[in-house]
Amino acid sequence: MIEVRIHGRGGQGNVVAAYLLATTAINEGWHAQAFPAFGAERRGAPVVAFVRINDAPIRRRCQVVSPDFLIIQDEALMNIPGITDGLKADGGILLNSAKHSDRYAGAINGRLVALPATQLAQQYLGRPVPNTALLSAFLKLTDLLPQPALIKSLEERFKGPVLEKNIALIEAAAATIPDNSWKMTVNA
Amino acid sequence: MRKALEGSQAIALTVALCRPQVVAAYPITPQTHIVENIAKLVANGKMDCELVSVESEFSAASLVLGAACAGSRTYTASASQGILLMSEVLYNIAGLRIPIVMTCANRAISAPLSIWNDQQDSMAVRDAGWIQLYCANNQEAVDTTIQAYRIAEATELPVMVCMDGFTLTHTLEPIDIPEQAVVDAYLPPFNFSRTLDPANPISIGTLVSPDHYPEARHSHHHALLAAADEIIAADADWQQLSGRAAGGLLSVSGPDDAQIGILTLGSIAGTLSAASDTYTDLPATLLINLRAYRPFPVDALRHACSGLTDLIVLERALSPGFGGIVSAEVHAALAGMPAVPHIHSFAVGLGGRDIPLEIYRTLHERIKVVEPQPFSIIDVEREKLPVEDHGIEAMETTT
Amino acid sequence: MSTNKQTITAAALVKLRKNQPRFEGIESGHRACLGCGEALAARLVTEAAGPDVMIANATGCLEVFTTPWPESAWRLPWMHSLFENTGAIASGMEAALKAQGKPTKVLAFGGDGGTFDIGFQALSGMLERGHNVLYVCFDNEAYMNTGIQRSSSTPHAAMTTTSPPGSDRMGKRHLKKDILSIVAAHHIPYAATTSVAYPSDLRKKIRRAMEIEGPTFIQIHSPCPLGWGHDGEYSIKVARLAVQTGLFPIIELERQEMIGSMPIRHPRPVTDYLALQGRFRHLFNKDDARAVEELAHIQALADHNIKHYNLCGEGMDSLDSDGADTVRRGGMRWA
Repeated sequence: MIEVRIHGRGGQGNVVAAYLLATTAINEGWHAQAFPAFGAERRGAPVVAFVRINDAPIRRRCQVVSPDFLIIQDEALMNIPGITDGLKADGGILLNSAKHSDRYAGAINGRLVALPATQLAQQYLGRPVPNTALLSAFLKLTDLLPQPALIKSLEERFKGPVLEKNIALIEAAAATIPDNSWKMTVNA
Repeated sequence: MRKALEGSQAIALTVALCRPQVVAAYPITPQTHIVENIAKLVANGKMDCELVSVESEFSAASLVLGAACAGSRTYTASASQGILLMSEVLYNIAGLRIPIVMTCANRAISAPLSIWNDQQDSMAVRDAGWIQLYCANNQEAVDTTIQAYRIAEATELPVMVCMDGFTLTHTLEPIDIPEQAVVDAYLPPFNFSRTLDPANPISIGTLVSPDHYPEARHSHHHALLAAADEIIAADADWQQLSGRAAGGLLSVSGPDDAQIGILTLGSIAGTLSAASDTYTDLPATLLINLRAYRPFPVDALRHACSGLTDLIVLERALSPGFGGIVSAEVHAALAGMPAVPHIHSFAVGLGGRDIPLEIYRTLHERIKVVEPQPFSIIDVEREKLPVEDHGIEAMETTT
Repeated sequence: MSTNKQTITAAALVKLRKNQPRFEGIESGHRACLGCGEALAARLVTEAAGPDVMIANATGCLEVFTTPWPESAWRLPWMHSLFENTGAIASGMEAALKAQGKPTKVLAFGGDGGTFDIGFQALSGMLERGHNVLYVCFDNEAYMNTGIQRSSSTPHAAMTTTSPPGSDRMGKRHLKKDILSIVAAHHIPYAATTSVAYPSDLRKKIRRAMEIEGPTFIQIHSPCPLGWGHDGEYSIKVARLAVQTGLFPIIELERQEMIGSMPIRHPRPVTDYLALQGRFRHLFNKDDARAVEELAHIQALADHNIKHYNLCGEGMDSLDSDGADTVRRGGMRWA
């Protein structure tokens, strides 16, 4: 089973990111589960969502404590103590940041990849919502699910120009990732 | 059709399939996505009903009561404070024997104020006279909602479908939504025997003197007990049509020779099931998940517990000043069995505290003590208690 | 014999006003969204009301973002019970203070959901019984705390999650409830509307209500950027346009008689206001005949308000300038 924890701020599409990832997996025939840990939702407040992907039905409903991957949608959250708690020893962190990955070397365990998702989103969507760019990069890094599958999930949720722009965005985001350096297979 | 759906979305689609004519909507976290999704279906012409956005839960329950008496299938949903606010109407609906279905998106009750999941709300109205069914996952919630209309209309008793707020309502997972033709084959058109009609005038809701009140209560009580048969039949028929059972009165999993059992209601069953496969060093355990809470399935529970030396009741509510609610009723149900198991009583996850996989191990360790454990809230964190309450908590733990 | 009159220059007066300490009833650090109209309104209300008050607050955004346990933003005695009983809680507070002979003023705070809908019954009882309570309704025109569902305060044709537009609907079908008239019909001594875009007006009205013995009611138009669909930095601009189009009239009623209003010198077309907000986006689809019709409806509502409340200001005024709208009461006397 693969477990992912997604950290963000209210208004950044944190829960939608989790739902999109799980939907993509389910549409490809996997079992998957996505849910938020709710606080009092306010624009700007820290939020967390969880995703599990498995080749057998997922029965547990507890929060993800030992994620294989973290997706952090807001760089400022790296200042919150404990944000990377539980990440597996060889786990990966995908961070929304315009800075180079090296800037964080030594500060955290695990492998870190930085992606300027907000800037990309601003460029392609005209809005600073980083979630779809991060998802696309995540899928490229892990080679978990094919990009067309993500596009299909987007089609279920968006229409018209918003959909077109998102597709262009995810293609651009995936293009910034050179290889599947986090390639992983799903097993129970 | 198997689709990735958020629990609330699935319920909205399911309600639409059941073709209610009147839906009362009043928002309360965590049920809001259900009424929002229904509103979207109505706005896009995909659901043909009168959607009334009422000004409180008290009115939501009152509105569906009036609509049902006038001859319409109805729907509403609520949680927590809303359930309490409408509780006067809930007793009224049940006492009048009106076939109504509602969703309770289980949520803790103020004070302290909480939007998160536990089952104090539905437990608080267990004596209102409704049928109460608890769902272990979103697929069960979909199937149980459809069955609820059948059960309500066959028994002339209202049915409350309980699903854990956030844990189920806001979780996205693969869910199979049945085809409209299947639901139409399963649910006959709404046909309430006492529908108000000028051609055949009757009065509903009169004052009842001591000459007749006890008989009315007797009939109601026995109707609820007899509803167990309808609950079983409805599930069996649904399984024929859809290929899926929703749990009947209760479901049991684990080895037949297990001597320890854990009894639960709702979604915690999933976590315990995963845990029992993970912690293979722990003794074999029977997992018993109640689906029907009212009527209480006494015979089925006795049958499931025969052979157990220990039964852990793990519940999501409590009766302050006494202890466990479900455990007290389990005690009563099992009393008089040839070999009554030791009953251990715990509440967990109150106010939505996350229930980790490790709870399974914690439970096994707690019952190793010779004496059966008195009721305790098993996941209390001592350091968060005020100093004066440390002593009480210490009494409840052994070391 | 001459008195030694000290005259203050205009410049000195401006400086004095700036240096005057303002009472802070709400501390910063609360969890409101960027640009929240309600947070601003609450700050202005408590500033004007002063420290000798007791607050009963309904469930809603204000209560949630000011009191994340174990912290509170309130520097005033404050209580939250339920969503629908604020009028009743406030009545109880007032009765107790009366029995104890204490002059502390009771304030009741509720959003539009807690005032127009679920709390309406308790409000009506409180007004009818004549309790000495100032009820403040923070009107952001929907159930915002639970995720933007419609209330009876939601304006006609506005989109909310329970009044979404679609092939069969164009947003909320019904009109915004005229709560002020209903409240005034309880024969209370003072009822008024105001807006966060006019803080001076807001503070003056709070101070006026504080001095009145008996039930008073003030409805504050408070934009919600998330629910209305605009960036937080435009909250004031949007609120001002609501007034300048005539869609949110600023008026004062004493025992049902209108005794004051804020004149609109150059009424703005409603589209100026509606176009800024995502919740009215569906009205700007030129290909949709329904959208064109609804815009005409809304303009008619605004025109009706301007006529009904006689909001059209007359000619040029030497003291008038853009943004200097003030409430006139019975002639040239300033509020």
